[in-house]
Amino acid sequence: MAQTVTAEAAGIAPPLAPARTPPRPRRRKRVLTWIGVHTLAVTAVLFFILPFVFLFLTSVMSNKQALTSDLWPTSWEWGNYTKVMKTPGFGTWWRNTLMYAGLGTLFTVVSSLPVAYALAKFRFRFRGVALMLVISSMMLPPQVIIIPMYIFWAKQMHLSGTLWPLIIPMAFGDAFTIFLLRQFLLTIPSEYLDAARVDGCGELRILISIVVPMIRPAIAAVALFQFFYCWNDYFGPQVYASENPGAWTLSYGLESFKGAHQVNWNLMMAATLLVMAPVILVFFFAQKAFIEGVTLTGVKG
Amino acid sequence: MTTTAPAAAKVPAALRRQRRRRNLRTLAFLSPWLIGFSVFFAYPLGATVYYSFTRYDLINPPVWVGMRNWNYVLNDYPPLWQALRNTLWLVVVMVTLRVIFGLGLGMLAIRLKRGGGLFRTLSYLPYLAPPVAATIGFAFLLNPGTGPVNHLLGNVGMPQPGWFNDPDWSKPALTLLALWGIGDLLVIFTASLLDVPREQYEAAELDGVGPWQRFRYVTWPAITPVVLFAVVTGVIQTMQYYTQAMVAGKVASGIIGNSGQSFEPGYPQGTTLTLPQLVYEEGFSTFNTGAACVISLLLFVIAMAFTFLLLRRRSGLLDDD
Repeated sequence: MAQTVTAEAAGIAPPLAPARTPPRPRRRKRVLTWIGVHTLAVTAVLFFILPFVFLFLTSVMSNKQALTSDLWPTSWEWGNYTKVMKTPGFGTWWRNTLMYAGLGTLFTVVSSLPVAYALAKFRFRFRGVALMLVISSMMLPPQVIIIPMYIFWAKQMHLSGTLWPLIIPMAFGDAFTIFLLRQFLLTIPSEYLDAARVDGCGELRILISIVVPMIRPAIAAVALFQFFYCWNDYFGPQVYASENPGAWTLSYGLESFKGAHQVNWNLMMAATLLVMAPVILVFFFAQKAFIEGVTLTGVKG
Repeated sequence: MTTTAPAAAKVPAALRRQRRRRNLRTLAFLSPWLIGFSVFFAYPLGATVYYSFTRYDLINPPVWVGMRNWNYVLNDYPPLWQALRNTLWLVVVMVTLRVIFGLGLGMLAIRLKRGGGLFRTLSYLPYLAPPVAATIGFAFLLNPGTGPVNHLLGNVGMPQPGWFNDPDWSKPALTLLALWGIGDLLVIFTASLLDVPREQYEAAELDGVGPWQRFRYVTWPAITPVVLFAVVTGVIQTMQYYTQAMVAGKVASGIIGNSGQSFEPGYPQGTTLTLPQLVYEEGFSTFNTGAACVISLLLFVIAMAFTFLLLRRRSGLLDDD
């Protein structure tokens, strides 16, 4: 049997050969399929990439040319990028965005971990109810509770005009993060934890020194999600910080480039690309963790 | 452990103490969320119900007005119905097209042997573009006068729609933007398509079935749960649709961003209006807080209805393993 297979593979079994090579029409069909699949793939990639190319080409045009329907820049004005970075406010928005995204991510992960651990590994009476409430609050549109929240932060805490009303709640767990971490934690066999318990290890120590190292990829994924969420947030800064340009983030301030420079599409596009760039850079460095996270939300959930 | 008898006698008290300690420990681990849930979810939700029965301009104390806000929003407030109609359009067209497009791309991605990884990375990239940046980018690309898209369409003699500036084309333009950011669906569809057992395809091949039947009887049954998940989360996201519609309206209408110039969401002619934008408009532009809370609660009821649908159909979400 094994001999026949090797003989076939080597092509020294003449009687079998015609069956191995597909007849002509079938091979042609395969070639046509190959062409079809690759044409579709190239078309799709063009649809995804060309917008970036057009934005970039416009971002290096002169003010005058950016107002025409030209596609290719006649003079390459790299200075547009320095002009954008020197625009008053742009540096502050960068700092604010980094603070919002950095602190927000840190707070979210630290506060959500113990909750996710308890929901995954402790047995207690209202666990099912708690989990359902977590999932419900995950699905809640942020606009539903915005009126009382604004009244609370502005009237009671006097924090409107800052980003703190967005950052502070993140120190009290985020439903999506809790849910995702819990899904990951379920995959850890409880025997590991029981072994540590027998050795007299407290739950907090188990969480920090055994569980956290094991679920590092999951932590990376939820941290990335939260970072992107803060980076992209438009509604939050619009509600709490719109009155104070000193507290704007990049996502919120970006719009005002249209104001500062009338319809200078070239500067606008340069600023747009500068806001996109960090997110895309982060993605290239952390692609694996990110894709794993996205997959987990939809497939294994 | 050598003296079994006294230990057995002590068990109830020790057990009780142990149980109490365990409960306290659970409570401690859950405490961040318990506080967060009560202060940033339960309390504001209750307060929204309360404010929906009051007149409150954020300066003077709230005044109880009974059902007046509810009557006003449900009977004398045409933007509500327009926003609901727009949302329905987006659910039917945008969510459906996104699922079909994502599925098609996923099937394409798994057929590419060389360059499959590159294809997936490049297709995923637009999903990462911050929504504000992506929307401003599209407002430029689709701008009717000088935008590259209409320039190219003109070159090949195709009609040049007004996109974000035309009431008939504003929602299709937003749909195009949503299809560009298909990355999330591409990833989950690709993963689930790769999970379809290969043997079933081979068996189908042996039976000599065509590509459509192979999809219908092998692929589709295996991926239905993921498609359902994509549809339901798509609907929930559409309920919250805000940033893209707001920014596209602002940029296309030529309102100078954030300069204090008032902008009524929904440009052009209310065709991009959604419920969250109405909440913002009533709550923070016209300071009709009571009406904003009524709209918030309608949004809440719709979103929760779909969440329960998700939980019921995917009870696996609540399982342990």
